[in-house]
Amino acid sequence: MHALPAPPPPAPQRQLLVGVSLAVVAAVMATGSMLAVWALQRREAIDFEGTWLPDGVTIPEVPTNVMLIAFIGICVFGQWAHWSAEHGDRGHTVLALGSTFLVALLVINAQFFVYTQMELGIADGTYAAMFYGITGFFVALMIVGMLLTVVTAFQFIGGRGNRELLAAHAIYWYAMAAIYSAIWFLVYVTK
Amino acid sequence: MTTIESSPDAGVSARSAVDVDTATSSGTSSRLDALVAVFASTDHKVIGRHWFAFGLAGLLTVVVVNILIGVERLDGSDVALDVEILPQLIDAQRVGLVFVVLAPLAMAMAVAFVPLQIGARAIAFPRLAFTGFWMWLGGAVLTVIALVNNGGTLGGDSDMVDLFIAGIGLASLGLIASAGSVATSILTSRAPGMTMRRLSASTWSALVFSVGVVVVLPVLFGTLIYLFLDHRNARTGFGGNEGIYTWAGWLFTQPTTFLFAIPAVGLLTEIFPITFGRRTPARGIMYAGLALVGAAVFGAVTQQNIQNLPWSGSQLSTDDLGEKARDLVPYFLFNGLPVFGALLVLLVALQIARPAAGMKVNVTPATLFAFFGFGMVFVGMLGNLIHAIDDVALQGTVFEEATLVYVAYGAALGAMGAIVHWAPKLWGRTLNSLAAMGLAVLGVAATVLAAFPLYISGLLDQGAGVFYDNSDLQIWNILSLVGHGLMAVTVLAFVGLLAATLLGRGGDVEVGDDPWNGHTIEWATTSPAPRDNFVDVPVIRSAEPMLDLREGTATTEGSDS
Repeated sequence: MHALPAPPPPAPQRQLLVGVSLAVVAAVMATGSMLAVWALQRREAIDFEGTWLPDGVTIPEVPTNVMLIAFIGICVFGQWAHWSAEHGDRGHTVLALGSTFLVALLVINAQFFVYTQMELGIADGTYAAMFYGITGFFVALMIVGMLLTVVTAFQFIGGRGNRELLAAHAIYWYAMAAIYSAIWFLVYVTK
Repeated sequence: MTTIESSPDAGVSARSAVDVDTATSSGTSSRLDALVAVFASTDHKVIGRHWFAFGLAGLLTVVVVNILIGVERLDGSDVALDVEILPQLIDAQRVGLVFVVLAPLAMAMAVAFVPLQIGARAIAFPRLAFTGFWMWLGGAVLTVIALVNNGGTLGGDSDMVDLFIAGIGLASLGLIASAGSVATSILTSRAPGMTMRRLSASTWSALVFSVGVVVVLPVLFGTLIYLFLDHRNARTGFGGNEGIYTWAGWLFTQPTTFLFAIPAVGLLTEIFPITFGRRTPARGIMYAGLALVGAAVFGAVTQQNIQNLPWSGSQLSTDDLGEKARDLVPYFLFNGLPVFGALLVLLVALQIARPAAGMKVNVTPATLFAFFGFGMVFVGMLGNLIHAIDDVALQGTVFEEATLVYVAYGAALGAMGAIVHWAPKLWGRTLNSLAAMGLAVLGVAATVLAAFPLYISGLLDQGAGVFYDNSDLQIWNILSLVGHGLMAVTVLAFVGLLAATLLGRGGDVEVGDDPWNGHTIEWATTSPAPRDNFVDVPVIRSAEPMLDLREGTATTEGSDS
């Protein structure tokens, strides 16, 4: 008696990877447009008023640099989670995801520390509105990333996680690192 | 890669069905269940129908706005309507044609039919597609509320101006979400053997459109964040209300609007092979043509309303080749490439339609809608090519409005063609062919009458807006008003025909699975298509598997369900 031929092996799922990649493209385009408008307004302000940063406002450089360094940690932890999942190490995967979440929380904390130190009201002019616009959008993207980390962790704890999810998670945080690097350079360094 | 999944609400639906059965004694309960099944469904066909319904409703609304503007223009020096509402009418026309007509109808074509055409059992991220629709609808409603209450780019109520910006932002997010879902479906959920080279024209155009939306609308969204915060707080950096159009107006002008017309352009090479019973030749050229129309995304990259071309008395009259190139290259990139792309698609279509001995031509209503829709969009593209030349002095005239009307009404005709063509898969019925053909002819006449007179009055220097001094221009404005009126009749009649068909008063109920002798695999499934689209997903071995099957070349085999 012959058994029926085996069906073809299930094709690998790439929906999450492609979906997150498209989301990353959208986030990069949105941030890119905001930075482009920022650069344009900055140039016009310097041409007409001689300054862009409002008088009396100082950007605290330590937390902004700490945020940049923290993204190195986020990327390492994101990759660690992916590597652990590939090697079937569920404990380390969840530990790496937890670390990613904590460092991301640190970044948001640092961003709010920057807000309090700058003492800039949102109605204090064009610079203020744009500063809160771009950094607020960045914080929103960070919160989305943290939600993605939490969902990924719960999927793994529940035994439903897979490597594709971890790869998508890592891609998101790499993109966030790139986005923050651009913000850091144009908003905090170039001023 | 192939990913075949069941839709996530299959279980919910089964449960609902049971609920409906058990609740037959309670009419209210069963009606509520049916309502929930319709409005909470994540079936892409149901979401696509929502997009179509609200897109057609939006079209009718904007046509009424155009009629009101036309009435105001009957006498160029007098005010017929309340002068206070004129700025809102102009805003409603421009924003409405793009966000309430072009975008939802293009998204409808992508969401409703792409999963069927690629052999997927569901759209990727169905809940995202579902959420995207409702976000768009919420944003559109907020925008309308803002315009009705003195908002918009020239509005007098500050809060309503803020609401106007927020509404457009929310609608943009919804469109991005739905486009992400469509693009992911095409990239990941194709049937086994369906390579990218085997995608149908409609699916390819949906891919170009959806990726374009994912790239373009975030640029608008980022700018809107600034505009909202600045308008709500400082109002110093972006020019207040009027600055909204300066900074975000690029989305509502050509060439960016071409992005939303890509599905209508692609429909021509989807329908022509069926009409003429031929395979699509030079598929690569067709793909390239549709992708070149996507060059409209350049509009977002620079966020400019127009990439104009200076001519006499400008850098172009100098002998400096570098100066000339600096003007010519961006002009052709922005305005020429979409025209070139559409021309390539037209050439492929003409190649399909070339006369041959023994050729059987089967002209369907969709053929007329697709041809006329493409034609109108193409005329709009040509108009934009001329509009951008500085020395023709068309900028700031009604000529630009005419190009937008050509593109929007043309794309709407394309969407109607898609409904007529795929109605068997959505509802299991076909519309009355003669009536639908009549509406296609009426629609194209309406579009030409609504837009072409404005081309002429634009060439005669009639400024944008509603006022003009030269009484010779009146006749062209009257003709345009008649055109908009005919378009209102067309849309109402089309909706009526569709409703009558769905209620069983006309059309053909016993349509079979493949009433048009289609070429692509959606015609392999039943009419209407079941919830999961296909009982068995075939292995695809060519770009026209159904045509192969009819010609006796078995190109589908097995099942991976």
